[in-house]
Amino acid sequence: MDWNPSAFLPLIVGMPLLGGIINGLFGKRFSRQMVYFIANTAVLTSFLLAVMGFFALRQATVANPDAAFRTELFHWIAAGNYSFDMAFLLDPLSSVMIMVVTGVGFLVHLYSTTYMHEDPGYARYFAYLNLFIFSMLMLVLGKNLAMLFIGWEGVGACSYLLIGFWFKDMDKAEAGQKAFVVNRIGDIGFVVAIFLLLAYGNGSVDYDNLKMLFSDQVHTLAHAPTITLICLLLFVGAAGKSAQIPLYVWLPDAMAGPTPVSALIHAATMVTAGVYMIARLNFLFALSPHAMTVVMMVGALTAVMAASIGLVQNDIKKVLAYSTVSQLGYMFIAVGAGAFAAGVFHLFTHAFFKACLFLGAGAVIHAMHHEQDIRNMGGLRKKLPKVHATFLIACIAIAGLPPLAGFFSKDAILAETLAFHPETEKLEKYFEPGFERQAEAQVATEALSKGKTLGDIDKKDIDKKSAELKKDYIESIHGLGLFRKIAFGLGLMAALMTAFYMFRLYFMTFTGEYRGDKHTWDHAHDSPWPMASALIILAFLSVVGGWLGMPFHHGEWNKFFLWLEPVLSRGKELVHGHLEPAMEYGLMAGSTLVAALGVGLAWALYNGGTSDKAPQIAKASGPIYGLLLNKYWVDELYFAAIIKPLRAVSQLLFQLVDRFLVDALMVRGPGLILLGLSNVGRVVQNGEVQAYLVGLIVGVAALAWYFI
Amino acid sequence: MDGTFTQAWLQTVSGGGFPTLTVLTLLPMLFAIFALFIPGELGFAHKAMSLVGSLITGLVGLVVLGQFDRGAVGLQMVDNFNWIPSLGVRWLVGVDGLSLPYVLLTVGLTPIVLIGAWSAIEKRWKEFGIAMLVLETGMLGSLVATDLMTFYVFWEIMLVPMFLIIGIWGGKQRIAATVKFFLYTMFGSLLMLVAILYLYQKGGGTFVLSQLATVQLSDKEQLWLFGAFALAFMIKVPVFPFHTWLPDAHTEAPTPGSVILAGVLLKLGTYGLLRFAIPLFPAAMGKASPLLAVLATIGIVFGALMAYVQTDVKRLVAYSSVSHLGFVMLGIAVFNEEALQGAILQGVNHGLSTGALFLLVGFLYERRHTRAISDFGGIAKTMPVYTAFFVFITMSSVALPLTNGFVGEFLIFAGSFKEGVQSSILPPDGGGVAWRTMVLTCAGVATLGIVLGAVYMLSMVRRVFFGPITNAANELLKDLTWRERFLVGTISAFVLWIGIAPGAMLRLSETTVHAMVQPIRPQIQQVRSKADFQREMRNAAMIRPQPTR
Repeated sequence: MDWNPSAFLPLIVGMPLLGGIINGLFGKRFSRQMVYFIANTAVLTSFLLAVMGFFALRQATVANPDAAFRTELFHWIAAGNYSFDMAFLLDPLSSVMIMVVTGVGFLVHLYSTTYMHEDPGYARYFAYLNLFIFSMLMLVLGKNLAMLFIGWEGVGACSYLLIGFWFKDMDKAEAGQKAFVVNRIGDIGFVVAIFLLLAYGNGSVDYDNLKMLFSDQVHTLAHAPTITLICLLLFVGAAGKSAQIPLYVWLPDAMAGPTPVSALIHAATMVTAGVYMIARLNFLFALSPHAMTVVMMVGALTAVMAASIGLVQNDIKKVLAYSTVSQLGYMFIAVGAGAFAAGVFHLFTHAFFKACLFLGAGAVIHAMHHEQDIRNMGGLRKKLPKVHATFLIACIAIAGLPPLAGFFSKDAILAETLAFHPETEKLEKYFEPGFERQAEAQVATEALSKGKTLGDIDKKDIDKKSAELKKDYIESIHGLGLFRKIAFGLGLMAALMTAFYMFRLYFMTFTGEYRGDKHTWDHAHDSPWPMASALIILAFLSVVGGWLGMPFHHGEWNKFFLWLEPVLSRGKELVHGHLEPAMEYGLMAGSTLVAALGVGLAWALYNGGTSDKAPQIAKASGPIYGLLLNKYWVDELYFAAIIKPLRAVSQLLFQLVDRFLVDALMVRGPGLILLGLSNVGRVVQNGEVQAYLVGLIVGVAALAWYFI
Repeated sequence: MDGTFTQAWLQTVSGGGFPTLTVLTLLPMLFAIFALFIPGELGFAHKAMSLVGSLITGLVGLVVLGQFDRGAVGLQMVDNFNWIPSLGVRWLVGVDGLSLPYVLLTVGLTPIVLIGAWSAIEKRWKEFGIAMLVLETGMLGSLVATDLMTFYVFWEIMLVPMFLIIGIWGGKQRIAATVKFFLYTMFGSLLMLVAILYLYQKGGGTFVLSQLATVQLSDKEQLWLFGAFALAFMIKVPVFPFHTWLPDAHTEAPTPGSVILAGVLLKLGTYGLLRFAIPLFPAAMGKASPLLAVLATIGIVFGALMAYVQTDVKRLVAYSSVSHLGFVMLGIAVFNEEALQGAILQGVNHGLSTGALFLLVGFLYERRHTRAISDFGGIAKTMPVYTAFFVFITMSSVALPLTNGFVGEFLIFAGSFKEGVQSSILPPDGGGVAWRTMVLTCAGVATLGIVLGAVYMLSMVRRVFFGPITNAANELLKDLTWRERFLVGTISAFVLWIGIAPGAMLRLSETTVHAMVQPIRPQIQQVRSKADFQREMRNAAMIRPQPTR
């Protein structure tokens, strides 16, 4: 195919923008069909172009594995030595991402045409949804971190608008605000990292440029602590957007938005942006095993913590929300362990089954007239056969049972977490000049503090110090190995819980006897076709999606990993490992068993409705149950520790500093002495304004004439 | 050139180039004089007169933009007459990349404000129209004058109409606010006048900026004179702790007054620092810049915290100005190219966004005659278009990328972190380790503004627009009229334009900033490092300088 998609990249991004603008400005005057048509066509076009781009890229990579398509539109910001372009990059990673975004995005659009059918705000809804797709495409298709940040903030704004879509409900509006603000906290880390990259680097945050910078021994940047700092700051941003500890609190509340929005934004696409960012910057993160370990451990802890909360929630969307937080934690285990491809792979499969689950939950809620409590459900298998079938498939997929998608991606993460290790020799070599500089400065400071002159410094001391620093560094890296085992253990634990709570959800919703009110039951109906087709396609992908990444020693069967190879090569060079086949099969069997155990437990306790044993266990676990049910009281803690003090301090400062100190003492004080000046005010009040103005103009004119 | 204003004028008109800037500056005043002869009863005639006057001025502004050469260094379109020969006062006006953005902002915002005033101002339109036109002349004159006395005259001219606008058309507490405004600004400008006269003495009887910049001053003189200038400008900005006049003035001012005040007047403070205070006294700036950076940072955080607890929408926006101008001040304190470009642009951005916010708050006030947040709630239902505009401008105010606010803030931060990381610690242009640490700390603390901005703006938006309608009076609110849509729509277009393609604006000031930073920066840095130098000489000598690109 002699088709160069470079010219089409702006079009991929631009179509949803156009759709969003048209529906946003004129949607109110259009018929529903017109609005649906514009919104859906826009995304579908982008999807088709994305697929075409993928094939063109595949063609190109045959000849040159590093092939990528680049489009530079214009200089966005340029000042001093800094310059940021509006530019797009289609490489293997972004091509996967845009297909997921536009593909799942289109299905959600399609589904929404039915779901939002009774809502009067449909035009606004589809405009927001289109704008979201636009922002998300900017995020993944951008050629530099500045573009990524445009998308990053754009999706945040769309998320804010969509969570608070039903703004008449104050709780929903609050949830939207919370999401925006918590994300902003993470953004501080992200932007500061960008500023430091700019300042230490060469004034560009273009990926190609950064990749070159970090494979080279750049003078100022080849300094381990600086790189670790930058990586950690970036991860703060990722933790905000991708709902990791301690910034995950917004995501469960974000369920206030319409359910298709939860499926698209808060499960399949936006929340994975942090994972994408780290995978995209693999060449940077791989240079800091310390930061990577933090990423991995935060991911692992988040995975377990969120899963444990999910065990006891009764709101169908809340269970899925905590599940999403937990699965995102999984992805961070992966990218933190250096298993970048596995992380992206889980992002990929998760997009399908979690979107399927959310859309299925939406279908249930739709059918049940906005009932979300699974204690009031049950037996819906009979009423909603299509939803039931797809939901079950997605449940199996997320639980990690072979041969569905979740199994392969989860297995790859666990295996590589255990098997990978940083390539210390390469790191050592890379940081060599950095250690020397550090040693030089330290020795000099030491000598000077002892009263010696610089001439007294022995070169050998510097070398010794440098070797010492290097040794400490290497040792500290070796010390990190233990964390991989912990993360692996936590990962398994989360897998067990995931299988359990997902099937608890499934059994309580779809099996047994119906527990809600009869009227709702009578009116419950299976999903109409636009909704059902989206569910079926996603369920199908939840089955086959994993086959792209067959394990077996990561050989050529693993199409997915091979495809990403050119983007992730530098990361792989610095962090990799080898897994014995026996070990690999053992792990596969192990993780299958764990998943089966979780499903079995759920079966025993919840099949056909809650068994008597479940409340007993809850009771027996005592305070732990309450702790989980109340989500570890984290929201309450944040409120008491941050929000309340912030308000109190602001109020105090306002009264004390602004009202009293500055105003009363500094201003009013002298003001009283100059009381006479208030006469000016009195004259003004009397209203002789015209006289004043005449005086002013005449006066100025007279002055001018006088001197002339 | 025989030295008289009229003859010089005629000569220029016939001989040299057209005195565009002189015309630009005096046109509004001319219309104000016309307006004097129209009876006050003809309110409509005054509305038309002031609008036509400002529009024609706007056209001349476009001519200035058209003639402006972005690549040229130094003042352009200079008109130079001997205005008051006996005192050595020259009518010396010109534009460069520093003043042109604000000139355009002024001539663009004034007509918008005047159209907005059609409904906001209900009495004494004659006086109001005249005051606005005189004010425009004052602002333009301050921006183009580079003779210190001419500048001072315009600076003072500007005060009077503003003073009247708040005092006559303002709210209930207007007199107190006016007095406060007056006291503050008079105090600052009187000190500045003293400093100007001192310089005049020293400089051998001239007020011309470029000549005064070469006057040799002792360190002590520099510091005192800089202090006098800087104080006047910092009150105007306003920089913490000189800001308390601003919330009162804003809250009591009528909508047009607030828009002009936030849109242009405050920026004259930052402009004055860049145009006069810093180039005249670079060594003093070197000493003062750490203090400026700290005050700017306090302003950013403090203003945001204050905004968070306000119960009046307008007061909240006023405090947000304190926070936003803190960013501009931070950029000025840092004084490298990136940060300065950001600061200049952020000044324009603030004029647009905050101007639009005041306009929007005014629209609501005209409908409900209240601005208390608690009186609203849920009005997104009754005023969807209004809400859409308000949320959009809010996004610009919290610096969402692709709106103007982002570009300015981003550059200021990028420049500040660059300064903290890259500025060499070695002479001749070294800033010292202490300076680097301080800039990094300030920039780091200032990033809190990114979060706090979202907190106070979105809280206010939520409480005003979202939730159920709790106050029956809000059930019947009318959405924006076409006139109102046109006004905020115009500003919104610029908000987007600068956000998406800021290149045009940035290039406007690029050459000037470059030319300004090159000579002044080493002088600033030298002083800074001198202070640090003795202490750090020994360590500094051992640490390799950062490679410069």
